Amino acid sequence: MAELAARNEVPDILFWVGCAGSFDARAQRITRAICRILHHVDLRFAILGTEEGCTGDPAKRAGNEFLFQLQAIANIDTLNGYGIRKIVTGCPHCFNTLKNEYPDLGGHYEVIHHTQLIQQLIDAGKLVAANGESFRGKRITYHDPCYLGRGNGVYEAPRKVLEHLDAQLVEMRRCRSNGLCCGAGGAQLFKEPEAGNKEINVERVDEALETRPQVIAAACPFCMLMLRDGIKAREKETEVEVLDIAEVTARANGL
Amino acid sequence: MAPSPQLAAHGVPAAAPVYRSRYRIRRMGAIGSLTHYRMISQLIFGILLLVAVTLAAYNARRIIRNIRMGRPERRTDQPARRFRTMLLVAFGQRKMFKRPFAALLHGFVYLGFFIINIELLEITIDGLFGTHRAFGGLGSTYNVLIAILEWMAFAVLIGCVIFLARRNIAHLRRFSGREMTAWPKTDANLILFAEILLMIAFLTLNAADHQLQLLGAAPYSTAGSFPVSVWIQPLLPESIPALIFVERFAWWFHIAGVLAFMNYLPYSKHLHIVLAFPNTYFSNLDSPGRFANMSQVTREVKAMLDPAAVSESSDEALRFGAKDVTDLTWKNLLDAYTCTECGRCTAVCPANLTGKRLSPRKIMMDTRDRMVEAGNRGKHTEAGDEKSLLDDYITREELWACTTCNACVEACPVLINPLDIIMALRQYTVMEESQAPATLNTMFSNIENNGAPWKYAQADRANWR
Repeated sequence: MAELAARNEVPDILFWVGCAGSFDARAQRITRAICRILHHVDLRFAILGTEEGCTGDPAKRAGNEFLFQLQAIANIDTLNGYGIRKIVTGCPHCFNTLKNEYPDLGGHYEVIHHTQLIQQLIDAGKLVAANGESFRGKRITYHDPCYLGRGNGVYEAPRKVLEHLDAQLVEMRRCRSNGLCCGAGGAQLFKEPEAGNKEINVERVDEALETRPQVIAAACPFCMLMLRDGIKAREKETEVEVLDIAEVTARANGL
Repeated sequence: MAPSPQLAAHGVPAAAPVYRSRYRIRRMGAIGSLTHYRMISQLIFGILLLVAVTLAAYNARRIIRNIRMGRPERRTDQPARRFRTMLLVAFGQRKMFKRPFAALLHGFVYLGFFIINIELLEITIDGLFGTHRAFGGLGSTYNVLIAILEWMAFAVLIGCVIFLARRNIAHLRRFSGREMTAWPKTDANLILFAEILLMIAFLTLNAADHQLQLLGAAPYSTAGSFPVSVWIQPLLPESIPALIFVERFAWWFHIAGVLAFMNYLPYSKHLHIVLAFPNTYFSNLDSPGRFANMSQVTREVKAMLDPAAVSESSDEALRFGAKDVTDLTWKNLLDAYTCTECGRCTAVCPANLTGKRLSPRKIMMDTRDRMVEAGNRGKHTEAGDEKSLLDDYITREELWACTTCNACVEACPVLINPLDIIMALRQYTVMEESQAPATLNTMFSNIENNGAPWKYAQADRANWR
């Protein structure tokens, strides 16, 4: 973004990468898939790069409102400094925080999640699923991320993307507003779980496996980590792929 | 007079008119005592009603006082949207339909109780003014009304019997759990039993009344139609005095039962029948994903970043987050009173489903129990005691097991938000006590130092390219 600003250029949209998308090896692949899609449709986008800082979501959910607001105010300064209007995020947590919790603190942006952007691009005829891997008839089950689904009511966009590929969408028993959490939210990813009789991600993966899927589709880098761990725990890595909606889209378009 | 076809159909002996004249003569001689009885019963009814209403008003004041122990929060904007939410969710029971069978049974009981209020109005008028079936003059409309009421009463009965069976025979998982100790279970059963008894009393008084109407006993003039209570008519005694006794007993039992029930409510988990309405009206209209930003923190953060810009500092030195019920908002406390312990929240909680100690229902029950305790100890007058909601009721293990997934919030049929309370308690432990789990403290310092929850250098942020 700094380079663009130096050249006095304004991007169509800012891509908010997020911490997982920046640092986690598996989530970086999602980030690259999103970028390929953005390039493919000729959207001029920018990233903040080293100027991007954690939105503060995990701090806030862990009860550290101070740290959250410090992060938020610093990020809002940066975003407002570049005159950013529209943001696409690769993560439902960043999406929720930027969209719902920043306005109070002076950050007013149009924020969308990458699954919503992909759906808009499909609707506009800019992504036609050609020249790539065929997902026709593949059994795909979609796991609703809490902060995309229940948190913000985005249930259809990711499903429409899969339907567009003629994939066989098989729903889990708990889906949409009844969807079961992967176990990462509320800063759980950063701590040891409390004593119980099962891991939440294993519970969710067991449910997903009941649908006998070839692909478990996710739309959140944290869900991705949890679901992959669950699949490993059940030793199904060779049979079932866990893919982000962006990765599925990129593959279907040969990107 | 020849026995009417109806009479014959109901197995009343043809000699009934003879009995009738005999009793009429006997009663004629007792006309003075009859008026006497009426006056006394009017008086007793008046006193009963007055005592019940006074007690209910006292209880209502106590509840409002306890809710007011909470911190202020503005929930009066967008009245049209709020009203619509209340209409859909409380009046229209919209959220119940996630579980269709329970929704159907609950619908019976809900509609039944709603409609039976019309009957209660008539009973109150009759009781106060010594009339009998004051609305009887409505003629065919009244017949239809009574018929509907009888069917509704029957539906309530069926509903309550199945509800009891679900709790005590089928042992639905939702109705058990760590917080469902002896009292909450008894409380639920008592309410169902009470409702069954009230409906039986209502149908019995109708059956006896109908029989007396058919026998032509005064003042039982023909009014009403009794499609359900005719089924129990054959079980009733034959003589008019016995019938009158049954009718009067059922009548008194019914109204006294209703008044007692009304005053049992504030001590039970059953307040939702009233509070579901205000609770949905004042519910959160934002996206559930949005957690409110704490304005006290905003003030401090702004002062930290720009000490010159310190505006008039608010004199209220409020605690960050909540340690006790007085630190929660009034809406959290209204939520707690509204909870009817149905357990839909706990049944969908990922932590609870995987054996962790967290149960959103317990969060609500603990908040209510602590609120009542603090209220009784005069905490509303700042006297206080040594106990608190955190630790004495809700443990930290429960708090930290929450994934903030909003499943409990989504599941609640009356829009209670257990997550809000969990967050307030977390905020206290982190910001006032610095008692977050160690791994979370590491995450905090990572964000502070590298702008990411993980230990990666800020300079490496764009290295994925």
